[in-house]
Amino acid sequence: MSEKETKNLLEVSHLKQYFPVSQGLHKVPLKAVDDISFAIRPGETLGLVGESGCGKTTVGRTLLRLYEPTAGKITFDGEVLFDSGEQYDENDKLIVDATGRPIYGKKVNKDMLPYRKEMQMVFQDPYSSLNPRMTVEDIIGEPLDVHKLYSSKAERRDKILSLMELVGLNAEHAMRYAHEFSGGQRQRIGIARALAVDPKFIVCDEAVSALDVSIQAQVVNMFEELQEKLGVAYLFIAHDLLVVHHISDRIAVMYLGRMMEIADADELNNNPMHPYTLSLLSAVPIPDPETARKSSRIVLEGDVPSPLHMPSGCPFRTRCKYATEQCAMEMPQLKDRGNGHFVACHNK
Amino acid sequence: MSEESKYLLEVNDLNTSFFTDAGEVKAVNGISFKLEPGKTLGIVGESGSGKSVSAYSIMQILAETGRVTGGEVKFRGENILNYSEKQMQKFRGEKISIIFQDPMTSLNPVFTVGYQLEEAVLLHTNKTKEEAKKRAIEMLTLVGVNEPESRVKQYPHELSGGMRQRVMIAMALCCEPDVLIADEPTTALDVTIQAQILELMQDLQKKLGMAIIMVTHDLGVIASMCDEIMVMYGGRVCERGTADDIFYRPAHEYTKGLLRSIPRHDNMNEKLVPIGGTPINLLNMPEGCAFCPRCDAAMKICLTEKPDEIQIGDGHTAACWMNIKEAFEAQEV
Repeated sequence: MSEKETKNLLEVSHLKQYFPVSQGLHKVPLKAVDDISFAIRPGETLGLVGESGCGKTTVGRTLLRLYEPTAGKITFDGEVLFDSGEQYDENDKLIVDATGRPIYGKKVNKDMLPYRKEMQMVFQDPYSSLNPRMTVEDIIGEPLDVHKLYSSKAERRDKILSLMELVGLNAEHAMRYAHEFSGGQRQRIGIARALAVDPKFIVCDEAVSALDVSIQAQVVNMFEELQEKLGVAYLFIAHDLLVVHHISDRIAVMYLGRMMEIADADELNNNPMHPYTLSLLSAVPIPDPETARKSSRIVLEGDVPSPLHMPSGCPFRTRCKYATEQCAMEMPQLKDRGNGHFVACHNK
Repeated sequence: MSEESKYLLEVNDLNTSFFTDAGEVKAVNGISFKLEPGKTLGIVGESGSGKSVSAYSIMQILAETGRVTGGEVKFRGENILNYSEKQMQKFRGEKISIIFQDPMTSLNPVFTVGYQLEEAVLLHTNKTKEEAKKRAIEMLTLVGVNEPESRVKQYPHELSGGMRQRVMIAMALCCEPDVLIADEPTTALDVTIQAQILELMQDLQKKLGMAIIMVTHDLGVIASMCDEIMVMYGGRVCERGTADDIFYRPAHEYTKGLLRSIPRHDNMNEKLVPIGGTPINLLNMPEGCAFCPRCDAAMKICLTEKPDEIQIGDGHTAACWMNIKEAFEAQEV
């Protein structure tokens, strides 16, 4: 996305995250995230969907620099946190010298600790992401300790209790351990911990997926209410497209480490353009018998190819019925089709 | 086959408990249902509702601490709860098969896919090894596994999640059972693979004419698949009826709450209405209706007395006091 808007809270451009994988004697890069760009505005929810193994979790973790990015640039709140130095021209083409090597600009690699206060994460599994040997008070208080956000014990306790109240936990339970709570309550503890440092941005990695439907709605509503109250932005990673549609302002669709489509949530659902998005949406079982009877699924043939043996060109072409020769030759770039609807497809 | 009944499977007042150190956990409290040949019954509920335990009780594959404490499970008129373990071993797979949620842990990692398929065939039929091998390949072709000849030599870890679930289905169907129990068959899979598997199950049902019991927490999966739906909560049946009954004319407060709490295309811009409170603790069941502590419409009678299943329409019942005019009106005064 070339639009240079300063009001974006988070900007990611040409982000790559490769993991070295041993194959016999060789190390091969597994391209978990390959050249993706997007932006998140303050107070906005960007949904990120895709099948397992498409790299959506890796994107979330790389943004928070839990992984060291292979290449790309991450800008948060106007400050460059990471830049591997590659430069791109107006047409998003990599600038290279005569020998084909990229010409590097200034490299940046900032210490993340001060920024962790601004960017937080809520994990999928409320059972394994809370330390079983710590009380709720200490779990929520730990980020306060790390960033030294209180001047007295009493202030620490006040902060913790008000956080617990904020996420709908009973303040009397502060001295309990995580195992004494149900799944939904544990997820609330995880959210309170993320909110403790008053962040501007939270990555929610499948934060409601492990919860029962009736509890899921409670937590989804809480995310929405907290956003209204505190103005935090979310990157909401999930595989349940209906939940993502409900909570998100915009939705990004990933496939095999590539960004396929980004659009407003309603626009994406009413007018999906990428063949992958189409089949993904049609595969969602709709909890309404009338619509379910009428709708026809576009069943995709076969499985997702292994990220170690990526098809040339567009990664989706092996399962796409519109695939042409061009698709095998080059990866389509994300192009604006109006209304902020970006699609990476040669044919649509 | 003593008396011919039009029902293939009849479950009457089934009770299952787990005897733990903390006390008796009543996971299933008197559920009943009937299944006709070639039909699909959906059992939907949250974790702890007893939907999986009901399925395991029918198959008699409960964990060591679990025991069926009452009721009967009749297959073609015969109560299979009286079967010995030896009879059950013959029965499982041949008459009723089950597929589980997680295809990785339900396949044996040290044997090839082909070996595991052949094993099922050899156990239940008089086929020779050669014939069993042929049957394995035939079954893999049926469930849409490509290159079945080479797949039979592969181990489960070499297959993708969707492929493994296909192998599980092939294994369950290789002796042509009359009933297939699918316990959250697609929960561990991606939506696109889920669509493939659901389509496959419907296809196979048309081809082979088996009845399916579909156990799931996903209302979306249930909406398109089932002839009859049973909503469970706290080990009891709250409501049963056709998909249209459940989705358009829900009569139990829990069903209504569930439908309000899921995102659908028509409520995208509205707030979801969650069900308050926390899931039920089976060790500490309320005296009256199990859903009562979380129910907004709870009345006095709900606290003390368990409602029976009340007829709402043809084949549509709900166990909720709200449907009994007298109880409701008595409250109003």
